[in-house]
Amino acid sequence: VASSSWQDQPPGAMAGADSDDSLYPIAVLIDELRNEDVQLRLNSIKKLSTIALALGVERTRTELLPFLTDTIYDEDEVLLALAEQLGNFTMLVGGPEYVHCLLPPLESLATVEETVVRDKAVESLRKISHEHSPVDLEVHFEPLVKRLASGDWFTSRTSACGLFSVCYPRVSSTVKAEIRQHFRTLCSDDTPMVRRAAASKLGEFAKVLELEYVKSDIISLFTALASDEQDSVRLLAVEAGVSIATLLPQEDLEALVMPTLRQAAEDKSWRVRYMVADKFSDLQKAVGPEITKNDLVPAFQNLLKDCEAEVRAAAANKVKEFCENLPEDSRETIIMTHILPCVKELVSDTNQHVKSALASVIMGLSTILGKDNTIEHLLPLFLAQLKDECPEVRLNIISNLDCVNEVIGIRQLSQSLLPAIVELAEDAKWRVRLAIIEYMPLLAGQLGVEFFDEKLNSLCMAWLVDHVYAIREAATCNLMKLVEKFGAEWAQNTIVPKVLGMANDPNYLHRMTTLFCINALSEVCGQEITTKHMLPVVFKMSNDQVANVRFNVAKSLQKIGPVLDSNCLQTEVKPVLEKLASDQDMDVKYFAQEAISVLSLA
Amino acid sequence: METPTKLPPSSPSSPTTGFSVPSAEKVDGFPRRSMRRARQRRSHSSSQFRYQSSQVELTPLPLLKDAPVAEIHDLFCKKLQQCCVLFDFLDCVADLKGKEIKRAALNELVESVATSRGVLIEPLYPEAIKMISVNIFRTLPPSENPEFDPEEDEPALEASWPHLQLVYELFLRFLESPDFQPSLAKRYVDQKFVLQLLELFDSEDPREREYLKTILHRVYGKLLGLRAYIRKQINNIFLRFIYETERFNGVAELLEILGSIINGFALPLKSEHKQFLVRVLIPLHTAKSLSIFHAQLAYCVVQFMEKDATVTEHIIRGLLRYWPKTCTQKEVMFLGEIEEILDVIEPSQFIRVQEPLFKQIAACISSPHFQVAERALYFWNNEYILSLIEENCQVILPLVFGTLYRVSKEHWNQTIISLIYNVLKTFMEMNSKLFDDLTSSYKVEKQKTRLHRLLPKKWSLHTRIKLLDERSSNIIEINIYKKTKNNNNNIKWIGDIKRELKSL
Repeated sequence: VASSSWQDQPPGAMAGADSDDSLYPIAVLIDELRNEDVQLRLNSIKKLSTIALALGVERTRTELLPFLTDTIYDEDEVLLALAEQLGNFTMLVGGPEYVHCLLPPLESLATVEETVVRDKAVESLRKISHEHSPVDLEVHFEPLVKRLASGDWFTSRTSACGLFSVCYPRVSSTVKAEIRQHFRTLCSDDTPMVRRAAASKLGEFAKVLELEYVKSDIISLFTALASDEQDSVRLLAVEAGVSIATLLPQEDLEALVMPTLRQAAEDKSWRVRYMVADKFSDLQKAVGPEITKNDLVPAFQNLLKDCEAEVRAAAANKVKEFCENLPEDSRETIIMTHILPCVKELVSDTNQHVKSALASVIMGLSTILGKDNTIEHLLPLFLAQLKDECPEVRLNIISNLDCVNEVIGIRQLSQSLLPAIVELAEDAKWRVRLAIIEYMPLLAGQLGVEFFDEKLNSLCMAWLVDHVYAIREAATCNLMKLVEKFGAEWAQNTIVPKVLGMANDPNYLHRMTTLFCINALSEVCGQEITTKHMLPVVFKMSNDQVANVRFNVAKSLQKIGPVLDSNCLQTEVKPVLEKLASDQDMDVKYFAQEAISVLSLA
Repeated sequence: METPTKLPPSSPSSPTTGFSVPSAEKVDGFPRRSMRRARQRRSHSSSQFRYQSSQVELTPLPLLKDAPVAEIHDLFCKKLQQCCVLFDFLDCVADLKGKEIKRAALNELVESVATSRGVLIEPLYPEAIKMISVNIFRTLPPSENPEFDPEEDEPALEASWPHLQLVYELFLRFLESPDFQPSLAKRYVDQKFVLQLLELFDSEDPREREYLKTILHRVYGKLLGLRAYIRKQINNIFLRFIYETERFNGVAELLEILGSIINGFALPLKSEHKQFLVRVLIPLHTAKSLSIFHAQLAYCVVQFMEKDATVTEHIIRGLLRYWPKTCTQKEVMFLGEIEEILDVIEPSQFIRVQEPLFKQIAACISSPHFQVAERALYFWNNEYILSLIEENCQVILPLVFGTLYRVSKEHWNQTIISLIYNVLKTFMEMNSKLFDDLTSSYKVEKQKTRLHRLLPKKWSLHTRIKLLDERSSNIIEINIYKKTKNNNNNIKWIGDIKRELKSL
């Protein structure tokens, strides 16, 4: 077997003839690598490491890898799996010494058309680049990068862009110069696809370069890409600009990157401006307080007032973070005189995405501005947003109430809060109702038990009979959380009677809700309430005429069993379950038997 | 289906009679569900508006037709400059007077270029191109509906269309005017200009794309120096569409132009053009929104084949490689394209691809989706395809026979079953001997398949068939069955079976 190539042998011959049974599964896998069925090939590729392990490092290098290199005309899905596998193959070819054997198949994979395959191949190449010795990196890896960088078709050049930064730090200065040259060429490539790839890797490449080359090479590339004729290239340069800014000493920023960044913030394409808005916090950190004060504040104002809603929404999302990171000495003045006026306008923006983006962060401003300013300036905005026509805006405000609570307390808002909550609670869209239910425990905690009993309790009970199951389910869970907050005694007085009352409802769905509530509440209410108040109701429902109710009784008993004492289980629960276990309905029987065995009552 | 080569005629020559709105709905050959929906059309403004600093007050100029001959050019120029002022169309009541003056001026310019000779003199070229650039080149606004589905949703319409349309009309008249001189125009209609023009094809407004299509076609026709550049940039747009964004509204329009460009390619085909076919047109079939531009794409593909039959194999193998696996709607489109291809295929080329092709067709016939099966079976209604099948019956019949036989017994849809009976009948008449042979061997095969199922799953199909081919009989079936029951976890039993086979 050893002398002849495994590729030409049918698996049967391999295992059957030579009784070399240990190799048989491998032969099957190899056989499947060539199968007509894509799924089988895929399975086999995913077990490639097993094959390699069985073949041993030498045969993996001399037989398996060449075979794989030749099969690179397969389905993209198989290629993707292959590209991923090869990234973890170093030990299987004999360790770092031989890792360069993996380069040929990965090189081919890095040139295929399909983006996901290519990206995965590049990822694997980056991974194994670290396992190359400096010598191997120059002898094997760097020539590969060069070949890719000068490939005919754009795919290989695109892939090359992601490989420069991993080999640069560990090669000699002559090779470094070559790498810089190649990168420069790709930045002015003929096809926008390659320029986009280069622009997206510019920041990463800048990080591994010596500062002098950042200044001499990278800046000019950045400037060129940031004024590319295609906005898809320009917008990628923005992110690179942020990375470059973090690398440069403060005194160089103004001259080297700021003109370009200023220009990006005013670009004629909204996509570029959007990118600036999206990266604004990173940018702010990268350029430091002085430039922030002089340049970024006016730029941010413009973005908040941009003519495209997309840009305004992206900027609105950053309002809190931007304000938080302003230099402390002038923070309040800047916010009050420059930012707040724009924010006020956004509250009544025509676009709901902008308003909702703002609503998700605006409450955070209160901690920054303090009590007095919050009451005077922010409170009117919160109140306005609580009355917004778009439910998402209202929800975003309500979900962030905790920020305000810390500063001015929630009472200031309660007048407006209540109508907003009631309206959301009765919204026609069940997803909106669901969202507000999720905030109930938070609201209850902040508004206090008194306010809750008076205003919100009836809402919570109304959700229990909602016509959408998801709402009833969430309402049940909500009750449990409320009891966790307000305690068992509160539960016994306020909600348990109402819940148990529903057990007599003519609608069987409502009767089942009683059971679901009991499931959720028994543990937080404790043994006494469960045994005394809930259990009798459950027992009574075991005679319900609807089978669904009866088998839910069995499920409930199983659920609350652990809360009950063993005496009660034996004398009361067991007979009921035994009765249900002989029910006519097979589902009732099934769940009753399951409960008996789980509670060990058999 | 409309033939996409014919670009729509430009609007009626007299601007005073009003312009017909070119209908983009007609060109793609597929009915649009959106047409049945009565959702309100939304309007879009362009990002360009904010960049105009202070609004200029327009004052009406004298009419061109009243001006003395000596002053016509000067007045024409002034009107062009006047038309460089942009208006806010989202605010529909803002500056109505100015909007009306510009509209009237544009109308006059259009009429003048269309009807009178000798207007287009050299100094007017830069002014005209400048006016056109200022008006049409803008960053397209973000789509209001991020999940915009061109098939389902109403497109957002350009708010400034009342002016924009006239500007496009003027540009078109300008290019089509008998006075138009490419040698003068090429100084202003340069690569940068064309690139911006191509970017506008992403407009959601079908009326705008329709104008752009006609205009780009004229530019391609008249400015020879830009041809290679235009093709390259269209390439880039498509590659970005395929591999990066999957979104570009003007693919159908660009393909329509390409259809007529391909038609004019010289022979033999340059490698650049073949590369375009293999690396751009064929991968375009993978796009999610294929249905929007499939008619145009298939037309381009067939054009290539008619130019040069040697690309046939690349095309068929390419389509088979990207054959849709889960989307039956696309599968039907692919089958339609295959039929269009087979309609013009050369018999010698057919022989080269028949095997993989008919394997795929057999797979389609056994699709549980009846439209896919039906579309594939319709091939047998095509005279030319039928003649190709008949010539190669020895190869094709064995490929599809098993499927036909099985599906004829199993398919849930009566139409499919009767179509299959017709196909089987056709084959029987073509070659009854082969048909009978296949029928009997099919029954033996079926017996074997039943046997294969008894073997453990871990064996590949390949192995199983090999084993059983050595001798096939019921005795083996029984023996193997026993073995699997007792000892199915042991790979050694392959040896046992071999021994048993030998002992038989």
